[in-house]
Amino acid sequence: MDLPVIDQAPASSGGCSSGSCGSTADQMGGMSDEIRAKVQDHPCYSEDAHHYFARMHVAVAPACNIQCHYCNRKYDCSNESRPGVVSELLTPDQAVKKTLAVAATIPQMTVLGIAGPGDPLANPERTFETFRQLAEKAPDIKLCVSTNGLSLPEHVEELSKHNIDHVTITINCVDPDVGAKIYPWIFWKNKRIHGREAAAILIEQQQKGLEMLTARGILVKVNSVLIPGVNDEHLKEVSKIVKAKGAFLHNVMPLIAEAEHGTFYGIMGQRGPEPSELKALQDACEGDMNMMRHCRQCRADAVGLLGEDRGDEFTMDKIEDMEIDYEAAMVVRAELREKVTAELEAKRQARHAPPPPQVVQFMPRPEKSAPAGRPVLMAVAAKGGVVAVHFGHAKEFLVYEASSTGVKFVGHRKAEQYCDGDVSCGDGESVLDKTIKALVDCEVVLCSKIGYEPWGNLEAAGIQPNGEHAMEPVEDAVMAVWQEMLAAGKLDQPVAAAKRA
Amino acid sequence: MALEIIESCVNCWACAPLCPNKAIYEAAPHFLIDADKCTECVGDYADAQCVAICPIEGAILDELGAEMNPPGSLTGIPPERWAAAQAEIQAR
Repeated sequence: MDLPVIDQAPASSGGCSSGSCGSTADQMGGMSDEIRAKVQDHPCYSEDAHHYFARMHVAVAPACNIQCHYCNRKYDCSNESRPGVVSELLTPDQAVKKTLAVAATIPQMTVLGIAGPGDPLANPERTFETFRQLAEKAPDIKLCVSTNGLSLPEHVEELSKHNIDHVTITINCVDPDVGAKIYPWIFWKNKRIHGREAAAILIEQQQKGLEMLTARGILVKVNSVLIPGVNDEHLKEVSKIVKAKGAFLHNVMPLIAEAEHGTFYGIMGQRGPEPSELKALQDACEGDMNMMRHCRQCRADAVGLLGEDRGDEFTMDKIEDMEIDYEAAMVVRAELREKVTAELEAKRQARHAPPPPQVVQFMPRPEKSAPAGRPVLMAVAAKGGVVAVHFGHAKEFLVYEASSTGVKFVGHRKAEQYCDGDVSCGDGESVLDKTIKALVDCEVVLCSKIGYEPWGNLEAAGIQPNGEHAMEPVEDAVMAVWQEMLAAGKLDQPVAAAKRA
Repeated sequence: MALEIIESCVNCWACAPLCPNKAIYEAAPHFLIDADKCTECVGDYADAQCVAICPIEGAILDELGAEMNPPGSLTGIPPERWAAAQAEIQAR
């Protein structure tokens, strides 16, 4: 049986009415061709594109006009990878220089975003000066911005002037009572406003901004931070509302909260969601909305492919000495983009191709039989779409759900590398334990190779290591393992029983 | 009558453009207020603008040295809870 790779198209969308027949491996199943064309080389919007195209953020926007309980404005660290953190604040001129340097060095870099470390629209002069210069000097780079939305309505006009066709709004709630637990204050009309009143104003501005943007045809992605016990159930409503108002993609991200970050949630012991809780919520929202699953929650000065950060190569002192011939770079960039776009299109066409003829089965089947075999979650140590990473070297695992309807990407899990090669592994065991905890809802982990000890520990945790599909394309490998499990009768019993077995 | 920015300032730039007197200026290691120009916004706004947007508790003092945004007033983290968390992190 040859099963197609399916995407995350809303189960209820049905057929091809939305301009896509829902058979791509990305999250864009419900998108129109027009939107697809706009996002196909945007790594943050297209699951496919993020394997090929890179993004960068320039940290030109230090000021913020609100406080969120998951943010600490004192934080500045070079070793942390999460939003709101940067190492070096740039002036608009420096940001433009850095962008041109990166674009010339990394031709895959297609997108320049301004995402902080404060709120870009609370720093309108710095943000728009950067965009203005880049639109002129690097017309082949897509510009995007992310905002908390408070001053979005007053800047929509300016945004559309700069030809910014992608905006991300962080919307954690549509109910001021929920908002009061997330935002302690906002700065609004020359006053600091606290509590529920603050949240109500913020929500109103976010919703207004969202409507104004979509009315102008500007693509809007909505980010939400999943905060267990605060907005977890509520995010389902958020997802429905933002979809109704025209947002094209919803990105639910897990709360990051540690006491050492010095945030309200970190200090007060608010926990982040388990991977399974995040997935459950994303699954619940998916029926109504295109969900983004490949977000890596990057820094406000990240450079490179998602999941990597090459910011260290482009610090201001290094850039000062670089000679940049942007005209020449643009030619190289255009060639690369054309090549990758063709490759992506070929991949997409292949998925849309009619399935090969099926062998006729003479076994009569009961009319309403359940699909044979239950869905299985598998974690993959992958690189470039191939099962190519040693378990102990994996920085992250991609998680796929395999079922009788195909293979679906559902998220990624961070892993701290516990094996540094020859160096003593130190507290390696506890790191391995953490990785196993992150993969606890998976039944299989695919990798190119794996050591003896982690093999045993994974098995003990009910996760079957598998190194037999090294260098195979991820989706083929996942499907092959699911088929093996099906053939071995492992999919007749529920997950818990299978894990105990 | 003037406010003062002290070393806990994180140089986030939020206050400078709001000052009606252009009293706030970029300096190393942190922003400063020109005491001759600062009016604490009296006559312009109900609240001192730098104080109203500053995200850092204790970073702005009045002329008597009192913290305009005392501990816990912006983050909502009770000071004793903050101290306990820091002690716990130190002990690790």
